[in-house]
Amino acid sequence: MLLIILRRLGQSVFVLFLVAFISFMIFRYVGNPVDNLLGQEATTERREALIESLGLNDPLHEQYFGFVFRALQFDFGVSYRTGEPVAEMILNRLPATIELALVSAVFAILLGVVAGVYTAINRRGFIANTILSTSLIGVSLPTFLIGVLLIWVFAVELKWLPSFGRGTSVDLGFWSTGFLTVSGLKSLILPGIMLGLYQMTLIMRLTRAEMLEVLRQDYIKFAKARGLSDRTVYFGHALKNTLVPVITIAGLQLGSIVAFAIITETVFQWPGVGLMFINAVYFVDIPVMSAYLLLVGTLFVLINLIVDLLYLLIDPRLRDGQLRGAES
Amino acid sequence: MRRFFQSDFFYAFTRSPLAMVSLFVVALMVLSAVFANFIAPTNPFDPASLNLMNGFTAPMEANIFTGEKFLLGTDDQGRDLFSAILYGLRVSLFVGMMAVGLAMVLGVLLGLIAGYVGGWLDTLIMRLADIQMTFPSILIAMLIFGVARGLLPPELREEMAITVLILSIGLSEWVNFARTVRGSTMVEKEKEYVAAARLIGLNRWQIMLRHILPNVLGPVLVIATITLALAIIAEATLSFLGVGAPRTEPSLGTLIRIGQDFLFSGEWWILLFPALSLLALALSVNLFGDWLRDTLNPRLR
Repeated sequence: MLLIILRRLGQSVFVLFLVAFISFMIFRYVGNPVDNLLGQEATTERREALIESLGLNDPLHEQYFGFVFRALQFDFGVSYRTGEPVAEMILNRLPATIELALVSAVFAILLGVVAGVYTAINRRGFIANTILSTSLIGVSLPTFLIGVLLIWVFAVELKWLPSFGRGTSVDLGFWSTGFLTVSGLKSLILPGIMLGLYQMTLIMRLTRAEMLEVLRQDYIKFAKARGLSDRTVYFGHALKNTLVPVITIAGLQLGSIVAFAIITETVFQWPGVGLMFINAVYFVDIPVMSAYLLLVGTLFVLINLIVDLLYLLIDPRLRDGQLRGAES
Repeated sequence: MRRFFQSDFFYAFTRSPLAMVSLFVVALMVLSAVFANFIAPTNPFDPASLNLMNGFTAPMEANIFTGEKFLLGTDDQGRDLFSAILYGLRVSLFVGMMAVGLAMVLGVLLGLIAGYVGGWLDTLIMRLADIQMTFPSILIAMLIFGVARGLLPPELREEMAITVLILSIGLSEWVNFARTVRGSTMVEKEKEYVAAARLIGLNRWQIMLRHILPNVLGPVLVIATITLALAIIAEATLSFLGVGAPRTEPSLGTLIRIGQDFLFSGEWWILLFPALSLLALALSVNLFGDWLRDTLNPRLR
């Protein structure tokens, strides 16, 4: 057991170093830090001095470990475009992204589970079929089109909700939140829906499939035979047993929420890290790209590690043998 | 040819209205993209053919200055939207198909090597695939796009944008091909014909490419169709975000991006028609791919 956990941890550390190596290679070799800091016309002496002070003449492995060491202290260098420290840019924009991800995750899980249970119980119902077929169309729609559609309907035509930005946010010193003002809350609705919709349909389908599976089991028939109310059978017995896979999938989806946040934040001009990344790609702001890759990579590795370890905790059969094949 | 018309596959096709309709839509769109310069009333990217006075003409309405009518209206520069969509469709389909082609060649080759040679090469390739699988492909495509832009000199960035786009989407979608091909290669290589080929002294590449490859291609075509839908959506997304096809060579995604700017001023058609075209294209490729998968190889589900 301990050995398996250690081996799994070792794999994660290896992937982390690999991700760090890729972001280091991007940082070091794509774009030219000297040109970007000094401009093309600088004298050779000043260039040499800067190259020396940045340590660009050191052996590669020393530069790499220097990069990792600085990254661990949250030092990612300076943005080529704005001249701000990248770490500061990220910290300023992180609350916006986390709040958006949180809202959409809650939306996706709550609505997904409810709709999944409903469609499983009323399998032949008209509403259940409508929900299922609409979700199929929703999945085939590109996410950005859903966002544009939401803006069109709710911001342009109905004028109910704002179409861009976070509204007024309250600064708590280390964290600026949009949860405390009306305009902040209103601005969260559309991007929250757009970001959560895909995950919601996924969770709904999964909950439905698991629920149908569980409802066939003998203990459900027995519970019904005992004369328990539908409510107790469905929510007390059935739902509880469907939640384990649903939670793991929801956890794994956290990573794609971060990736799709890039699209949502661009559509709604949401001032988060995703918008920062897209602008970095557009303006070839290498330090920002490399820092973003490092952060998101770490997040993905951590999520996968936690999910794998949770599996180990939940399912004793895995403890003796190998872990799942696909891992990072 | 006759064998094809008598096959189970063709029979299943004629019994599925969904498959026929979606293939019809795909074929229609491919044809109109290929022959865009014959169908389109104007060349939308020839500045000489544009008349600024025609700007913001609503669909099927006569322009108040020139009296000209346009089937789907015009954009801010007086560009006929119908022609722009046809040319955009061409860019979208071209990028999508080239990207899938790249992903397919790369994935099939790596899958063949991993499955046939095995050993540390297999471990290396599959580990790489595992790691890439944990990241959403759109994120990887964005990163490759950004890195490639960084490597290019600034004056080439616009010019090379389409190539870079193909490269970044292609490199982000190879994993599924490699995994499937590796699996079927490992089954095939145990069969007698491979042993016979080895016995008569053929080398590894001959065996892999001439003997195993034709036998593992079935599922590859299915994956290619499904990946095409993904690639078209990925391309549209990247272009919509402004990190894809440039304004000088707009794809459907770029057109939607332009259209979004005019939503608030009431020119809805500039957004709606490109969006509907993208939707029809992605949906029909997707549906046809799903049908193909269910018919040819239900195990892939």
